[in-house]
Amino acid sequence: MAFFLAQILTGLANAAALFLVASGLSLIFGVTRIVNFAHGSFYMLGAFVGVTLMDILPGHVGFWGAILLTGLAVGLIGAFVEIVVLRPVYRAPELFQLVATFGVILVIQDLALMIWGAEDRLGPRAPGLRGVWRIFGEPVPKYDIVLIAITPVILFALWYLITRTRMGTLVRAATQDREMVGALGVNQAWLFTGVFALGSALAGLGGALQLPKGGADLLMDFNIIGSVFVVVVIGGMGSLPGAFIAAVIISVLNVFGVAYLPQSTLVLMYVVMAVVLIVRPYGLLGREEVAGEHGQVGAPERPIRPYGARGRMVVIALLAALALLPLVADKFILTLMIDVIVFALFAASLHFILGSGGLVSFGHAAFFGGGAYAAALLVFHTDTPMELAFIAAPFAAGLLALGIGWFCIRLSGVYFAMLTLAFSQLVWSLAFQWRSVTRGDDGLVNIWPADWLNATAPFYYFTLAMGVGGILFLRHIIHAPFGYALRAGRDSPRQAEAMGINVKRVQFAAFAVAGAMAGLAGGIFVFSKGSVFPTELEIAASFDVLIVVFLGGVKTLAGGVVGAAFLTGVEDWLTRLEYWRLILGLLIIAVVIIAPEGIVGSLRTLWVRIRHIEEEEAK
Amino acid sequence: MLELQNIHSYYGKAHILDDLSFNIAKGEVVALLGRNGAGKSTTMKSVMQLVPPRSGKVQFMGRELTGLPAFRVAKMGIGYVPEDRRIFTDLTVLENLEVGRQPARDGAPTWTVEQLFGIFPNLAERRMNRGKQMSGGEQQMLTIARTLMGNPALLLLDEPSEGIAPVIVEQMAHTIMRLKAEGLTVMISEQNLHFARAVTDRAIIIESGQKKFDGTFQQLEAHPEIRDAYLAV
Amino acid sequence: MTEILRVENLKKSYNGFLAVNGVSFSVQKGELKALIGPNGAGKSTCFNMLMGQLKPTAGEVFLDGERITGMAPRKVWRRGVGRTFQITGTYQSMSVVENVQMALISHHHRTFAILPRAWRLYRDEAMGFLDTVGMTDQADRPCSVLAYGDLKKLELAIALAHRPRLLLMDEPTAGMAPSARIDLMQLTADIVRDQGVSVLFTEHDMDVVFAHAHHIMVLNRGELIADGNAEQVRNNPHVQEVYLGGGTLFKEASHA
Repeated sequence: MAFFLAQILTGLANAAALFLVASGLSLIFGVTRIVNFAHGSFYMLGAFVGVTLMDILPGHVGFWGAILLTGLAVGLIGAFVEIVVLRPVYRAPELFQLVATFGVILVIQDLALMIWGAEDRLGPRAPGLRGVWRIFGEPVPKYDIVLIAITPVILFALWYLITRTRMGTLVRAATQDREMVGALGVNQAWLFTGVFALGSALAGLGGALQLPKGGADLLMDFNIIGSVFVVVVIGGMGSLPGAFIAAVIISVLNVFGVAYLPQSTLVLMYVVMAVVLIVRPYGLLGREEVAGEHGQVGAPERPIRPYGARGRMVVIALLAALALLPLVADKFILTLMIDVIVFALFAASLHFILGSGGLVSFGHAAFFGGGAYAAALLVFHTDTPMELAFIAAPFAAGLLALGIGWFCIRLSGVYFAMLTLAFSQLVWSLAFQWRSVTRGDDGLVNIWPADWLNATAPFYYFTLAMGVGGILFLRHIIHAPFGYALRAGRDSPRQAEAMGINVKRVQFAAFAVAGAMAGLAGGIFVFSKGSVFPTELEIAASFDVLIVVFLGGVKTLAGGVVGAAFLTGVEDWLTRLEYWRLILGLLIIAVVIIAPEGIVGSLRTLWVRIRHIEEEEAK
Repeated sequence: MLELQNIHSYYGKAHILDDLSFNIAKGEVVALLGRNGAGKSTTMKSVMQLVPPRSGKVQFMGRELTGLPAFRVAKMGIGYVPEDRRIFTDLTVLENLEVGRQPARDGAPTWTVEQLFGIFPNLAERRMNRGKQMSGGEQQMLTIARTLMGNPALLLLDEPSEGIAPVIVEQMAHTIMRLKAEGLTVMISEQNLHFARAVTDRAIIIESGQKKFDGTFQQLEAHPEIRDAYLAV
Repeated sequence: MTEILRVENLKKSYNGFLAVNGVSFSVQKGELKALIGPNGAGKSTCFNMLMGQLKPTAGEVFLDGERITGMAPRKVWRRGVGRTFQITGTYQSMSVVENVQMALISHHHRTFAILPRAWRLYRDEAMGFLDTVGMTDQADRPCSVLAYGDLKKLELAIALAHRPRLLLMDEPTAGMAPSARIDLMQLTADIVRDQGVSVLFTEHDMDVVFAHAHHIMVLNRGELIADGNAEQVRNNPHVQEVYLGGGTLFKEASHA
């Protein structure tokens, strides 16, 4: 019994930081509708800034003063990020801001590396709270009790701010109807900046408060972002009490998980999230998103067209060049090209549901990694021949997509995205923690192709055939009735339903096709590398491919492929530099701000403009 | 006070306002009449810059509004009451009023919450109720009161009588006359000719985004053919 | 004449507010019938319940004798009900003719086909429907550049592609210039006459209603207060009071 109580107390203490970070994310989303991927980075910044300040400031006052100052500092950094990066893109197409926030993650990662170095920092103990208190004979760290006491105070303070102050009233009003708040004379731009700063400050506070328990390291941003999204989604996007309840549930469950079912800790919260979303699609205290409320902004689209003679010539020339490449290129170039093709197919599969279907999946890596793992597991455990295992990859990924899609397709918008993220994390944690089957983070190794492919050039041709075949297959579907129906459901679901199209079923099928194609890419990948690790299933992998699609251009057919080639190429070159993340992050932010239609989209607009000028001059 | 010069506004591809021009003088109460879809709401939104005109000018007290964000327009003293009310349903009556609050301004009547509760006694009784618990008529009162909290010099009322019970419409008419007595300049868009005649001095009739008539109600009555052609009578 | 649509005691309430309160009527085969009423009277709610976009709180809807109450829109469509929307919902990323082709693909049960190229399918047939609404010259333009009136015509062509027995048109002429309104309703009247389609439409423009509708129903605060021909409706004192005007509501107010 006493042990039980102590466990609950530990869980409640852990909930403190989680709630702080989650409440910030929830606030930001509620008002600005931005899903701020960089929120974990503010948490990490909070930890590092906190450590530094605590070093400088001595004693009791220093410790708590440092925590408050950290909140302030991170809040200011948040305001800066909002003004410089997000303001220019509020009018860009929906969810395009995501990419910008991802750029921010990369920039902050490298800045933190530059300033604080790669060493993990131990957090200082809170002065006067070093030991433990015995509660029914069980030792409970004093600092835990303080955290447990602080959390309700913070919840109350936030509740007071939101419900009892003018700023809070404006924030709640803006959550409901931004335009009307503007029409009543409130400058939304500053309201947004204020909310973003507050949300960032909360994340920073969370980072500083957990220092005595966790310290500071460079992986904190990605480590927390998964749990934070889970908490916000379980609680209901935009609901503070929801975030609090969810943070407590997740933290307490997690502590019990560690005690009783250590293999399950990572899976547990995603299982809880999936169950909650299936029962209550908008979270415990969240509200239904009104359709069309946050509609797509941006220029009207042009009908897709198959390439004309000139376009086809370019594609054929490109393919010919790729086919002839082994004659001139060395092994290094060929290996790079294999990576490019694999990534291009992966990106094309996401682009298929994102561009044509309007389905933004945050968890597409589940299918890429799922395919890779399916093939690898067959080879590793049953010595299945490579050919057979390879074919199993797309099938397994397609089946996985059918299973996941069955739950996800019922939701739309951000909730759809979040549920895909939850499921992909579920798959990731399986790979990570089911060690007896997957060998955890040791990965599955020695997964080499059959003898006839076991050299760079033959495998290059194999990749070229499979990758290009997959991409052409997806392109063909886009031009087929099925692809048109998918696009119809995106353009106007109401009209599509009124003309007999079962929009959800079309989306479900498309989701499965996209999953299978990602699995195909995963199949090629695993045999090209000879191994697969849980990292292929990580959130970061899902984000990478999402960014590639946005960078290439969502509304252009070639977007995914061009974006993938661009990113793989740039990354290969950049990663030779020490601070490549910083440069890549700035590059991403620059593309988002300068070329909101993506690379292909912007090039096309430029091309149209040039032709227009030429025509004018011809006259 | 308010001057529209040759404005053209679009909703996506739909050309809604087609070369619309008119003026409103200080202290006037003007009715903007026309059928559904004639462009009345778009005119109001174009003044507020919620639907910025693609060409033409909107000036308020000699200052150019075109291209400003909506909140600047509101801060200059134009209060806007949208036709679909758009009250904040999760907020209480008092909180709704708080969102609308702006500092007092010269040349415009100043309102306090208590004064507004005097005009709208129903709201006083329900001050702690949330917007979603109120009837359509009460919501309409609330959106007007909320806008008055900004102490506007010019009030734009988009179809205040739409979809509410006749008795409330009558109450609304009294309210508007009271506002006029306080020296407020008001533009009301209406489909209800009787309501408009009861509360306004002048009628502007638009159809397909073009001005078809601009004059007093006496003048309008002298031309029944105009009324028959452009109003849903 | 026989009934194509029968509605019995249809009700819809939102949080206790009765938006539609016990509406019953029928539409005959080959009839062009209008549903009019003030804003907020419940016209759109009624329409959305006929085609399944909304589930009625109570009441029944029968299409040609078959009960279709609360059926999903696409199932109602399969049974031969076409619909145009107050705010057009065409596919912006497709060309004009592709919009109609999409309807035909669904009509021919080929939504899930992945082999053929969609733009080659049923193109001639689609051009035929564009011809009906007079838009063949715009067939290959992107839908996103069409004028508003043309979008409305395109929606009509899309609805016709399924050879509907009944066509529901929600404010078909809203936002159009007066001359374009007359053209569109004349076109609709021709289709009713030539193809035997029944049409139920809501409308605010009384010229359009009185010029084309065979019968007119008036809805006020969720209740049907009149159902008859133009003459009967025009002279109905209740209708004049709540909708067409001519009442004395503001005599008192104007003297206050």
